[in-house]
Amino acid sequence: MQASERITAAISAANNGGRTAVIPFITAGYPEPEDFIATLRDVASAGDVVELGIPFSDPMADGMTIQRSSYIALQKGVSLKWIFDELEQAGDIGAPLVMMSYLNPLLAFGYEALAARALATGVCAFIVPDLPFEESEELRAALEAKGLGLIQLVTPATPDERMKTLCDASRGFVYAVTITGITGGGAGLPKGLAAYLDKVVAISSLPVCAGFGIRGAEDVADVGKHAAGVIIGSALVEVIENGDSASAFLNSLFAS
Amino acid sequence: MSSLIAADEAQALLKAMIAGNLPDARGRFGPFGGRYIPETLVPAFERLEQGVAEHLHAEDFQAEFRKELREWVGRPTALTHAPRLSERWGADVWLKREDLAHTGAHKINNAIGQALLAKRLGAKRIIAETGAGQHGVATAAACARVGLPCTVYMGAVDIVRQAPNVDRMRRLGADVVAVESGDKTLRAAIDEALRAWVTDPEGIYYILGSAVGAHPYPYLVRELQSVIGVEARQQMLDQAGGLPDVAFACVGGGSNAIGLFYPMLADDVELIGVEAGGTGDGLGQNAATLATGTPGILQGSYTIILQDDDGQVQETHSISAGLDYSGVGPEHALLQATGRVKYISAKDDEALDALQELCATEGILTALETAHAYAAARDWAQENPGKRILIGNSGRGDKDMPILTQHSVEAGKHAG
Repeated sequence: MQASERITAAISAANNGGRTAVIPFITAGYPEPEDFIATLRDVASAGDVVELGIPFSDPMADGMTIQRSSYIALQKGVSLKWIFDELEQAGDIGAPLVMMSYLNPLLAFGYEALAARALATGVCAFIVPDLPFEESEELRAALEAKGLGLIQLVTPATPDERMKTLCDASRGFVYAVTITGITGGGAGLPKGLAAYLDKVVAISSLPVCAGFGIRGAEDVADVGKHAAGVIIGSALVEVIENGDSASAFLNSLFAS
Repeated sequence: MSSLIAADEAQALLKAMIAGNLPDARGRFGPFGGRYIPETLVPAFERLEQGVAEHLHAEDFQAEFRKELREWVGRPTALTHAPRLSERWGADVWLKREDLAHTGAHKINNAIGQALLAKRLGAKRIIAETGAGQHGVATAAACARVGLPCTVYMGAVDIVRQAPNVDRMRRLGADVVAVESGDKTLRAAIDEALRAWVTDPEGIYYILGSAVGAHPYPYLVRELQSVIGVEARQQMLDQAGGLPDVAFACVGGGSNAIGLFYPMLADDVELIGVEAGGTGDGLGQNAATLATGTPGILQGSYTIILQDDDGQVQETHSISAGLDYSGVGPEHALLQATGRVKYISAKDDEALDALQELCATEGILTALETAHAYAAARDWAQENPGKRILIGNSGRGDKDMPILTQHSVEAGKHAG
């Protein structure tokens, strides 16, 4: 099985068990770098796939929570190289990993080296929020040479024809952004979400996971009726920065 | 940086640039440029690109734009001979007076052009970022002129150091939002404007103020600012009796410089861009992007940026808010790589000194940004005596009074 297919398999396994897959997001090394692996293992115990945020100086698609976590992690010396070193030492953490990074840190690392280290550390795919499909050929080729995936985002603003292109190009799952906005939205999920998710599901041959603004059990239940999985980002980062248990919070999302 | 492109390829790219064939269909200036943006903004950029292709060079748009430039902006701006400065420098110095344009800087050329375009594209409201506040003031004024609501994002640090412009923006009807994230200067303001745009990509038009960012902005801003160089070139022929030997312009993102240089690329004129040298050569002490940066992606474009080995964008320092930026327009990155334009830097204190000298000799209070070009031109004149020098006087310095009052007039006393 290729690395990117491990993600698809983990999501399908959750769905086959009658459950919406859950993909927790954490900012690597936040709030304390020394707690990174322990936090990662904790969220992996309650998630099917884990999305690992690589801190960046200019997170233009992120809201206040992830901006803050990113900024502090950078100040504490977190870097992509450090993250790979930590992952290598830790060994298997219990769930396939997806890295979320803006493009420039990946470019600085070098695409070949990136793919090699990702494969060696359990990272199966990448989400790059400032890399549209049209500019993605070089990174995609380097990743796919190692069986790694580049996960495409689709949004409510994406025209149907483009959505087909993006769904076909995606690996692992298709990331359906729920809102026209940035991460961490708190105003509730938009009207028309169900129809939008149903459309993405109809177009995609991969599982569709929804993210942005999903904060509680009610959101998970609503979205879970239409999508294979949910990504829990800013809400989880807030739990972690308050010093509360990440796995307890994630398990509470299925309390009903 | 010339090693980025082979010599024969550089010459081919320069030819393509002069022929008007860059950016290419993918928004590239050779290796630089492109469009690195969130998926949510892709349809908005495609609409903008189509809108630019449809309207920008259409006769009716150009007629409307030229009318606004003439009757509202006050163009053409003067070309001023600087006899006392010429005598001191041992040169023949000419100033292209963008400080005389409405709202006091070249920024208005782009702001009114994009506001007219936004109107044609059916925008409901306008957003903009600003560093020194000149683009914010220009956009606020242009939005009032065309009747669109306007929000300006400005770093909290810049709000303090350019306070007079904040009041002007509010007076002109703009909502000014203080940006507390990131470095709290121009880069953070652009990030925040992009975030705002993502929330309503159909209703919002983003008037980006410099020749930076994702395609088509670097192209659009160059086209709107080229009026500077087109006018200056003709005025030099008419008033000075010939083209200059050299032209200087300050470079932050690089909109006034590309506007002045682009129409002279094919001429036998040496072109020199001047970045902010800040307080020193160390990372974080300056904003000399082209002099010390490396290729990377910032705010939508592959260009030269100030970054560490991990690809994290570095904070910058300059006394001038308008030059205090970690990136530069992708076309400047190519102009440097081809060797057609030389980029150097001037330090904070050299800029202050040059500003005072110009005040004392020609009665012109120039912007701190612009003063960097004078500082570099003065040094150049010493090594190249008797030459004809054109300086892009990109803006006026009234906005800088809060900073200038902290620095003694003594700094430039020898100019008196």
